[in-house]
Formats: sequence, structure tokens, C-alpha cells
Amino acid sequence: MIALTINGKTVETDASPDTPLLWVLRDELGLTGTKFGCGIAECGACTVHLDGRAVRSCATPLRRAAGKQVTTIEAMSAERVGHAVQQAWLKIDVPQCGYCQSGQIMSAVALLTKNPAPSDADIDSAMSGNLCRCGTYNQVREAIHEAAASLKA
Amino acid sequence: MTRSFQQSRRDFLKAGALAGSGLVIGFTLPVTGRRASAAGDFRPNAFLRVDASGNVTVVCGLSEMGQGVLTAIPMLVAEELDADWTRVRVEQAPADKAYINPVFGMQGTGGSTSVMGHWEPMRKAGAAAREMLITAAASTWGVAAGDCRTEPGAVVGPGGRRLGYGDLADKAGALPVPAEPKLKDPGTFRLLGTSLRRLDSPPKVNGSATFGMDVRLPGMLTAVMARPPAPGAKLVSVDESKARAIPGVRDVIRIPQGVAVLADGYWQASSGRDALVIEWDKGRFAGASTEKISKQLHDGLAREGAVARADGDTSVAVARSIEATYEVPYLAHACMEPMNCTAWVRADGAEIWAGTQGPGPHQGIVAGLTGLPPEKVKVNTLYLGGGFGRRFAGDFIVDATLLSKAAGKPVKLVYSREDDTRAMFFRPLSVTKFKAGFDAAGKPVSFSARVASPSVTIAAGFATELKDGIDDEAVDGIRQFAYDVPNVRVEYVREEPGYQVWFWRSVGNSQNYFFLEGFVDEMAAAAGKDPYEFRRDLLAGQPRHRAVLELAAEKAGWGKPLPAGVHRGIAVAHSFGSYVAEVAEVSVGDDGAVKVHRVVAAADCGQVVNPQIVRRQVEGAIVYGLSAALYGRIDIKDGEVVQGNFDDYPVLRMREMPKVEVHIVPSGEKPTGIGEPGLPPAAPAVCNAIFAATGQRIRKLPIDAGLLKKA
Repeated sequence: MIALTINGKTVETDASPDTPLLWVLRDELGLTGTKFGCGIAECGACTVHLDGRAVRSCATPLRRAAGKQVTTIEAMSAERVGHAVQQAWLKIDVPQCGYCQSGQIMSAVALLTKNPAPSDADIDSAMSGNLCRCGTYNQVREAIHEAAASLKA
Repeated sequence: MTRSFQQSRRDFLKAGALAGSGLVIGFTLPVTGRRASAAGDFRPNAFLRVDASGNVTVVCGLSEMGQGVLTAIPMLVAEELDADWTRVRVEQAPADKAYINPVFGMQGTGGSTSVMGHWEPMRKAGAAAREMLITAAASTWGVAAGDCRTEPGAVVGPGGRRLGYGDLADKAGALPVPAEPKLKDPGTFRLLGTSLRRLDSPPKVNGSATFGMDVRLPGMLTAVMARPPAPGAKLVSVDESKARAIPGVRDVIRIPQGVAVLADGYWQASSGRDALVIEWDKGRFAGASTEKISKQLHDGLAREGAVARADGDTSVAVARSIEATYEVPYLAHACMEPMNCTAWVRADGAEIWAGTQGPGPHQGIVAGLTGLPPEKVKVNTLYLGGGFGRRFAGDFIVDATLLSKAAGKPVKLVYSREDDTRAMFFRPLSVTKFKAGFDAAGKPVSFSARVASPSVTIAAGFATELKDGIDDEAVDGIRQFAYDVPNVRVEYVREEPGYQVWFWRSVGNSQNYFFLEGFVDEMAAAAGKDPYEFRRDLLAGQPRHRAVLELAAEKAGWGKPLPAGVHRGIAVAHSFGSYVAEVAEVSVGDDGAVKVHRVVAAADCGQVVNPQIVRRQVEGAIVYGLSAALYGRIDIKDGEVVQGNFDDYPVLRMREMPKVEVHIVPSGEKPTGIGEPGLPPAAPAVCNAIFAATGQRIRKLPIDAGLLKKA
């Protein structure tokens, strides 16, 4: 049994320790807001927070999350930065197909938590691991600036 | 795909009439019938429901893959209904003949047809309901209908009395449906032409939007499959023992399409699949390679092709001529959501859950595989994590259906990213040879093109043979050569290397405009003309081409100075009924690295439903086109697909994203496509800018930085 904290709740799982965290979230716990895109940490669709840091859950073995705080998209509306980012996303109307957006938002929240006023270069470096095939990058950038402004206000 | 499946509107109405009894405004209703007996909702047709509290539900038979259709279709209905937009919601329709796409004659979403095909029918659906609500209010008040009008969500009568749509729902439902409701004068539109926020954004920012991948059913198993590594490869042997030993693996099932491992979840199924020890016989494809396939197509160019267009005589005497041959590789779609489908086949019926672009044809596929009548097959269309044409294919539907049938359980079939990339359904590898002749004054007098490419039309099963030997998709964009040159010839040579090809965002236009607009730039250079002025002069008789070209050039500041090292390229394309011109600003590093700084686009897609969605579609199509131009290539080696994931099949990332401006040409014309038309000009605009920067012509994609490296 491995115990970890997911969105504030302690969870025990008997999944094998090498199971990627992504599949524990999606298949065992039904937290399907975190998406599967590539399986090799190349696309960012599976981004979650591990003790507040953005990680790719498809390449994070369960054992590495043992005893740690895992936060997913489902918990974002209850967090200050998460809520501000979601509101900015709605204001700019960022999503198209939407499949990558959970991951984009999780990366954006991690960025803004660490760096409340990111430059375009900061955004490039924090967000370039999150692919979007619909091409919403400019809207993601705009929404991050919008969220930063709203958090400062 | 528009032309191949075009049906007249009359045929569409006829098809609708055959589907059931209650013909209403030319449409039949889903099985629920004309009115819900218990709910008391007002359901004048299959597309609309008003409940007693005044909430309006628009039922949409089109699939949402990011293009905004679940917002645009409700806007069409709500405008004519005069609905209160804050009370409008949208619901995904089942597979049902009522939702046949009038452009295709089947229920499917693609070819940039949604708004063009539904512009009138959806508005009529709303207008008919509005007239019925007015009649209901007028009879309630004992006044003439002509003395009543509507405000958003309510009928207003003489003396300012008013009744909400919800209060009128029951009464309106008992009235006959007007056959020819009057549509609004576009000048009075309140919603159409405004940038309303998308109805699907809220669930997409909090993780609650359900994509096919997110379906979970009680007792469901997840399947991951080993598939033939080359077309038609035969299974020689498989050792399942290691796979079966993995905890959580429940079964290993062989179907003609491959060997599937079924398990409690994806990770176990995927580990099980990887543990299969399989030997395949790749047959005649064992030695297939990109080089051989490319050579086959280039050799094809030596043959005469079927004549797709012949104006005048291209053998006229010319003072000088130029020739060039262009090429693109196979491409995968790489939708963010890998292909998947959940199926549950029972003796008395079947149900599938999928992000599908073709609920209609996919219902037929399941019926065919199970022997059930189509009405016993329920199709649940979920959000599509990207479509781009890929989700019109039936491979994932077939596999899931067969596996559920064999397992006797609900089965979710999931492709890994590598499975998805290697499942083929590629944009064709394609080559084109051009020749242009000029008179002594430098004016172009002849243009000829010979395209050698596999046939997507045949591959997709849309035809079993080509009319006059022409695949419309293969020559799309080149055949419509719009420049004023008197002698034009376009030929098609069909070559079939054997790898499954498919529709890929903008289909033939995606490669053909790279070819054509690159060569037109070469013609401009040969004529000693500015590439913008050259095009503009030769498009004098094409006002809509010319308008987008001029607007893009003006907004980009064509001819004005740029920062050192940055150069412009321009291209214009006409596809899916729409016109788009783009100017790209590009620099090329000493190492040959191409940086796209800005793309300025001008688009004319007729009347616009939602300008923000239109701009975003054009921007997104540019990004998709840039990924293909800069990186996209699928190679074949020893018969197998080389690339598998985003590490070796890269796509554009945030740090490479250019600034994009999209300007819309105001228009009163009927709406035309917008999901695809932004893509075709992107690659040639960039490559023409590279020529401006380096003097090097890019005639093959993806762009080879090695060619551009400073010596």
C-alpha cells in the first residue's frame, strides 16, 4: 500500500510503485481532468502539482509521490492562484478542443505561484513543455498576463 | 471532401423525410417525437427545446473538436428565436438521420462545412419556433400576431404586456410548425457577428469536460493493441504468456486488426501489450522506405496524367520558361487526445462512446460488425481532443467494437501516442512538377502542373473508382489556379505506395498551396516583379482573392522596412469556399534555423457568426501549418513508421509561437468554411520569406535548416 495526499485527501492505493501517477489518478481515482497525451513527458497534458511543483504525472512513478501532496485540475477552483488563472482563461476564452488545457492551467498556476509577474521569456520557459495542437499559445500567454494582473490587484 | 460528398439540399430534405413520420420544417425528429409527452417542453423540431422555465436547449448533431461548433450552431438558432443568450445551453445529439450534415449527406463534421451547411436550416429552426411562440402569445391575449414582437426570451404585445418563452412553451407546442418562417434581416442581428464566449469553455478550464478518453463504465476493461507494423503485415506468432502474467491483465484477444491486451486499466494493458512477444511477416512491404516511395512518385511525374483542367494550349511558343518540382512527406495528425473508443456490444444492442467526426458512418460501422440494425446502435459523441480529419476514420471504432463483442464486456480501446502516430491515416506523400512560360515582355502565358499522389478519396472509401481518373482532393487548390494566365493545364497521376492516406486539416489544399504559391513566387522572381504586386496584377479579375491579398499586405506593411535580418513572404489561397492571404515575417540564423516572428492574415469567409472564433480558427490553422512546414515528417524504414511520439515528431511549442494578427474582410456573402482555410497559405508564406532572406527556394517540406546554413 502506498499512501499519498491528493487534493487534500489521504489516499491509499495498492497499485504497483512503478505505475505512473497519471494512471492512478485517472483509472483508480476517476480524476479524469488530468489528461494522457504522450506517456513520455513531452506534451504536458498530464501536468499536476507535486508539493506545489509542476510535474508530468505520466512519467512520475507512484513511489515518487508517496507521502507527498498531489494537486490536480479538479482542486484549482478552490485555490487563490488556481481560481484567478481559471477566471483569466474564461475571460480570454482560451480553449479550443480543450484537451491540453488542464495541463496548461496547472503549468500556469505553478509559474504564477513562484513568479507573480512573469515576463514573456518566463512564460516561454515555463510553458514550452505544454503542447497545444489547436494553437492557443498566444491566448495562453495573454491569459497568464491577465491572471498576474488580477492577482496583483 | 466537400465535392465528393456534396448532396443537393433537396436530396437532404428528402433523406430527412424518409427517416420518420413527423416532417417538420423539412426535418424529421429524433425518436422522442414531436413533443415530449410528459415534460411539457416545447420541441418544434429536432434542434430545439424550450422548457417551462424558459431555458433554451439547442441540440447539435455536429462534433466539437475545438472549432467552436457547439457555440456557433446555438448562436444561429438563438438569433432567429430571439433567445436570451444567458438562457441558452447546448446538448450533443445522438447519431440520428435528423442530424445529417446537408453538405455531406451523412452525420459528420469536417470539410469546414458546419456553418456553411447549417446557416439556413438552423436559423429556420429558430425562426419557426419564434413564430409559434408569437402565435401562442397572441391567442392568449386575443390580439393579432402582427401586433406582437419579441425581445430576448419573451413575446411583447400591445400595451407592453409580455410573456416569457417558458410561459408559452406548452401552448406553442400544440401549434402547427410554419413551413417557411421568415428570417431576420441581417442588419437586425443581435448575436450573429458578435464575439460571444464559447459555451464549452467552463468545463474545459476545470477539468470536467468529458472527452472519449474519460469514459468510465462499470465492469469496463481497457484494451491496448499490437498492430501490424506495415500495411497488411501478417501475424506469424505471438507468445502471450508474459502479458497474461502481469497483475491486472484479464485477457488477450486476437482480432483481424491485431492482438489486444485487456486489463483493469491503461497501464496494465499497455504493459501487457509491450510484453507480447510477436513476430510479423511484413510481406512485400518489408523493404519499403521513404526514399523508394518518394522515387515512385517522382517516377510517376514522367507519365502523362489524367487531365483535371485544360484551358487553351500550354504548348504555345514562349520566350522563356521555368520548371520546378515540389514535395511533401507523409504526415500524422497528432491530435492531443490519442485515438480511443469505448464500446459495449450486447445481444440486443450496442453503444459506443467516442470523440468522433462521423457519428453517422460510425453507427453504420458498428451495425455492420454486430449485425444489429443501426437504430439499435447508440452513439455517444463526446468532446474531441482534436480532430483535423483523423476522427472521421473508423479504425478505433472497429477495434473497440470487435473487442467488446469478443470480451462480452464494455471495452475502452486506447491508442498510445506511438500507436496513434503509427496507425497511418497519413496526409499523402505528394509531389508536383510545375512549368510556366513567359512571353518576350515577361508576362506569364502558360502554366502547367502535374501532381503525383495517392488518392485520399479512394482510401477513405468515398468512391471505388475515380471519375475521369481525377481525385478532386489530390488536385484541390492547384486545379482552381486563379491567376490570369491564358493557357493552363493541370494533370493528376495516381500512385499508390500502399500506406493508408487520409483527410488532414485542409486535405489536398495543405500541400498543394505550398507547391503552388511557392512556384508562383518563383514566377514573380522570373518576371522580375515584387511577389505581392505580381499576384495582385494577375488577380485583377478575382475580387475576393485580391481583397484578402491587399488587406494582408496593407496590415503587414508590405514594402515598409523591417528590423535587420527579418524578411517577408506572402501567399494567398482559396479553399472550402473562403479566401485567406498571409504575410509571414521570418529570419534565418547563420545555423539555418528559421524563426517566424509574425504572421498577418486576412480572411474572407462570407458572413461571420462569431469573429473571435473565426480569428482563433485562422490562428490555429496557421500554427498547425507551421508545425508541418518546420518539422512535420513521417518516414518509412524497413516498411515501418519511424516516428512515434512528440520527441521525434515535434510540433510548434510556446517559445516558437509567432505573433499572429487575423483581419476579417467584411462580407454579406453566405458563410463559407473557416476551420481549414487558414492553413494552406502558412507554409508558402514562410518559405517565400525564406527566399527573400536567403535566395534559397524551399521546394520540399519540412524545411531543411541544413540547406539554409551559412557556408
